[in-house]
Amino acid sequence: MASDLEKRGGRRSVLNWLLGVCGGGVLGSIFYPVVRYLAPPDIPEAATLSVTAGSAKALLPNTGRVVPFGSHPAIVLRTPSGELRAFSATCTHLDCTVQYRPDLQRIWCACHNGEYDLNGRNVAGPPPRPLETFDVNVKDDEIAISRRS
Amino acid sequence: MTLRAWVDERLPVADVVEALRHKTVPHHRYSVWYYFGGATLFLFGIQVGTGALLLLYYRPSATEAYESVQFIVTRVPFGWLVRSIHAWSANLMVATAFAHLFSVLFLHAYRRPRELTWMSGVVLLLLTLAFGFTGYLLPWNTISFFATRVGTDIAATVPMIGDGLVRFLRGGNDVSGATLTRLFGFHVAILPAIATALIGLHLLLVQRHGMSVPPSIERLDADHPRAVRAMPFLPHFLLRDLFAWTAVLAVLAALATFYPWELGDKADRFAAAPAGIRPEWYFLWAFETLKYVPPEVAGINGELLAVAFMTAGAVAALVLPFIAGRTSASRRLVVGIGLAALVFMAAMTLLALRGAAL
Repeated sequence: MASDLEKRGGRRSVLNWLLGVCGGGVLGSIFYPVVRYLAPPDIPEAATLSVTAGSAKALLPNTGRVVPFGSHPAIVLRTPSGELRAFSATCTHLDCTVQYRPDLQRIWCACHNGEYDLNGRNVAGPPPRPLETFDVNVKDDEIAISRRS
Repeated sequence: MTLRAWVDERLPVADVVEALRHKTVPHHRYSVWYYFGGATLFLFGIQVGTGALLLLYYRPSATEAYESVQFIVTRVPFGWLVRSIHAWSANLMVATAFAHLFSVLFLHAYRRPRELTWMSGVVLLLLTLAFGFTGYLLPWNTISFFATRVGTDIAATVPMIGDGLVRFLRGGNDVSGATLTRLFGFHVAILPAIATALIGLHLLLVQRHGMSVPPSIERLDADHPRAVRAMPFLPHFLLRDLFAWTAVLAVLAALATFYPWELGDKADRFAAAPAGIRPEWYFLWAFETLKYVPPEVAGINGELLAVAFMTAGAVAALVLPFIAGRTSASRRLVVGIGLAALVFMAAMTLLALRGAAL
């Protein structure tokens, strides 16, 4: 009798275990696809190496302009001494797009008041890193900026 | 058979009315704070109604969102009013929800047995902020575009899972059309479903436990009987609640009509963030705090420190009923910390507003 009960208890625990495993499997097969679905798929982006950034003459000293560099913004500026420079325009702090501030003679981010000097170095405010520097070439008045290899 | 008898046979209306007839609400010098929860619920109802109306014309894509909102506010009859009410009501709802939370905190209504009421309330406040954040991007204008870039990028500071979290929020590596559809889905389906369930639980718990009487009033009542009177729920409290709702509606209608919510310029991914950019007022204190945090504090990423600090604050608020002691000294400590948090948030908000005015 006792062994019968034990056997039944043993059977019951096996059944409970099986039920638990099946239930877990069902829940897993519901939630695993949902979790995977929520993570967006990686869409490989063609790496942009070089873009044109408008007329060089139109860019006066101590001004700058933001241009598309692939799917990201880039900033090209002419220093007060007349030199052309280009950087990534994505602030290294929290991803805002920077602009050129003639009054400060610096690259400035409006979001949290971050400042970069004319070499793209973070010099004031919260930005933790300098801006990525791009190479600038001018051909027939057309500015071309390219990623440094 | 009368209609009433027909209904009574099928639905427990008479039982509910009978129960409400016996329900009373404590009435004392702080009972005005009881109305802020009801006002928040009222505003939530308005959000559901106006949100449903906006859905009839709104198109959630990067190429059409801005134009569809423009269509709503310029061409659709009363479209400007519906959108303006939705935007203003969202702001008022955040304000009343904060007032409700802080009044419950200062009156110690989180005490046993109302721990779950408090916790569901804290989560509902966080959901309200999430509603604000996700809804902000939907018109796809410049300010909301950069606010969303900053807001989602903050998640990148979380160690290990930061990048995955940003991708989850943005639906990709950058804020794009994919982000818009994603936040739209959160805003109109996922968040409302969770909020509705939690509001149901919250209201059920309020019914179950009744209104909390603050400890100071309880003590007063022991010395001077009749410091707390019982106000019948039907009709006295209900009428007062309705009066409060009418007042909220009047304020809302005036704001929405005389200060229609602006649409701004369409988001341009390749334009610089405009000067004077800032988030909605209820995120201003966090925004201003981030401005003052240096890139690194003792070798640790400053942002991470700020985010960890704010997360710790939210977690502490959530589990407050379990960590707050029962003595009057520990209640004073809770009030002190609550006041400090309030003063900090107010000061940071004022600093941000002053910075914008300069």
